[in-house]
Amino acid sequence: MNNLLLQVSDLALFRGERCLFSGLSFSLESGQVLQLHGENGSGKTSLIRALCTLLPIEQGEIAWRGNLLPAARDQYLSEMCYVGHSEAIKADLSPRENLAFTATLLNASDATVNSAVERVGLTGQNDLPCRHLSAGQRRRVALARLLISEATLWLLDEPLTALDGHGRKLVEQLIGEHANAGGAVIFTTHQPLTVNAIEILSLNLDALQSANDGSGGASP
Amino acid sequence: MIKSFIAVLRRDLLVAARRRSDWLNPLVFYVIVVTLFPLGIGPDGDLLRQIAPGVLWVAALLATLLAIEGLFRSDYDDGSLEQLVLSGQPLTVLVLAKVLAHWLITGLPLLLLSPLMAIILQLNLTSIPALLASLLLGTLTLSLIGAIGAALTVSLRRGGVLLALLILPLFIPVLIFGSSAVIAAEGGFAVEGQLSLLGALCLLAVAFAPLAIAASLRIIWE
Amino acid sequence: MFQWFHRLASLKNFYRLAEIITPWLTVICAGLLAVGLYRGLVVAPTDYEQGESYRIIYVHVPSAWMSMFIYMVIAFCSAIYLIWKMKLADIVAQVSAPMGAAFTFLALSTGSLWGKPMWGTWWEWDARLTSELILLFLYIGYMALRNALDSPAAGAKAAAILALVGVVNIPIIHYSVEWWNTLHQPASITKFDTPSIHISMLIPLLLMALGFKLFYLVNMLSKTRSVILEREASTSWVRSRLQENKL
Repeated sequence: MNNLLLQVSDLALFRGERCLFSGLSFSLESGQVLQLHGENGSGKTSLIRALCTLLPIEQGEIAWRGNLLPAARDQYLSEMCYVGHSEAIKADLSPRENLAFTATLLNASDATVNSAVERVGLTGQNDLPCRHLSAGQRRRVALARLLISEATLWLLDEPLTALDGHGRKLVEQLIGEHANAGGAVIFTTHQPLTVNAIEILSLNLDALQSANDGSGGASP
Repeated sequence: MIKSFIAVLRRDLLVAARRRSDWLNPLVFYVIVVTLFPLGIGPDGDLLRQIAPGVLWVAALLATLLAIEGLFRSDYDDGSLEQLVLSGQPLTVLVLAKVLAHWLITGLPLLLLSPLMAIILQLNLTSIPALLASLLLGTLTLSLIGAIGAALTVSLRRGGVLLALLILPLFIPVLIFGSSAVIAAEGGFAVEGQLSLLGALCLLAVAFAPLAIAASLRIIWE
Repeated sequence: MFQWFHRLASLKNFYRLAEIITPWLTVICAGLLAVGLYRGLVVAPTDYEQGESYRIIYVHVPSAWMSMFIYMVIAFCSAIYLIWKMKLADIVAQVSAPMGAAFTFLALSTGSLWGKPMWGTWWEWDARLTSELILLFLYIGYMALRNALDSPAAGAKAAAILALVGVVNIPIIHYSVEWWNTLHQPASITKFDTPSIHISMLIPLLLMALGFKLFYLVNMLSKTRSVILEREASTSWVRSRLQENKL
């Protein structure tokens, strides 16, 4: 069960000329959950975006199941799901229409849409245009993408934004179930998050920046 | 792949059906621009007939330019564009679907409206088939070329003027062949030459523009 | 071969190389331009049809050639940058664009000046002048796009894609404009064509063309050097040279 999924070695990220951090190395196995810590501007979002291949990497390497990334991109994309700051939903379409579109793009069956909608607690709002939903409900639609994708690796940037207490519980449950099923999660959040029976690993980008000796990172 | 093409096409058409201003405004713009010419030049029918091919084509070109700016805008703003790029589906296919949807929403109505505009400008009725054929091939090409510019400028808040600067020079061949097809029809000459050139441009654009659009979309988050 | 390519691609090595060859190129360039101008303006015979006014071709034609040539350089560098991510290629493309635009503008304005005695008008919708005007638009768009994007990396890549799209379109634009020109002006004046140019007129023209190329090369190298310094300002080799006061 403990097979190695993601391996990051000696990664450095830049924003313009400014180095966000360098010498980041860590690895993630199936069943592991990793939280990124760091102040605003420490590069959490950039790291997540680099991990989901939206930011190019100039220095360092990322490997998925032992295959280096630019080459293994297609396989990686099919096993990775990213939920970022923006919900990636069309305000004029209903949750069902939005998620049906997602399902087609991700080669998932339509049946997963209904179960995902049910799971995130939006059954009643299924046919309302998303513009009429609250921010928290829209966030739930975005999270439903994770369930539809059936991806192994979840990359979540501030998944708790706009969610209420129930919503937070939902995210904790989803992460827990995903890890128990052999998936892996990397997320950032400014709110406390606990998952039953699972130890959340942590990676502090601030420490990395100040130490900057190339040995930093959480190597579980 | 075909399924995702249809899915993107369907989604964009559905969104457009619920947001009328997106496709209605460029059409109204087209009508107004065409109306401005007689007002600026005078109601002389012969003169209008003479400049009608150029006016109709320039107006269509500007309307396309105006409409194409929003092609990727909302997808960029709400994060859908990221997810399209990360979906693992070939991005060229997805953008082709988006451009086709966009053309169906803005180009096709413009095409259907242009006979009316031709009549306003005193164009001979016999030239209308040539006008329609040239606009059909031409606006498709314009949408594809314009989409490259839209992709390159999507991350800019005020990309409109820059977009015009980038793609209007690239529109010139389409304008030349398109308006000359209508001019030839007015003069009673054959238009096959112009139309086949427009067809060739359209095929070239279908083949190569999606590559440039996809490449441009991949770099906007850097 | 590839190793040589790689070594040249290193900004530091390129800087050194440019530093060494620039003075030589400058001397050759000045010589070529001086001889070319002398032979073109003084030695070459007066044209029996156009009188003295034809002599503007010694500036106009090389500028027009350069305007096309530099766009090709930019497109070529853009392709290299996009494929191999070679930063040097991006810098060369970046510094070449304003020079290309300047040559295009020079070709346009000298063409217009030539047009007055030739056609009696400052602007004739001649196919070549029109193509040149469109090329100027392409240059302006290229530079505007590069400057507009916030991130320099995104700006560089976006500009590179635009340059490649442009280079595919240039022949099409050129052909369409020529077609348009013959359509609207059947059997038009083709005075820009110089089908049979006398050898005594041709030699200065070629000297000037070569001189213009070297002028571009010298300027491109020196601008590239300053951009390299700017981008590498934090590296040790720039700092040590700065201390030795050898920039």
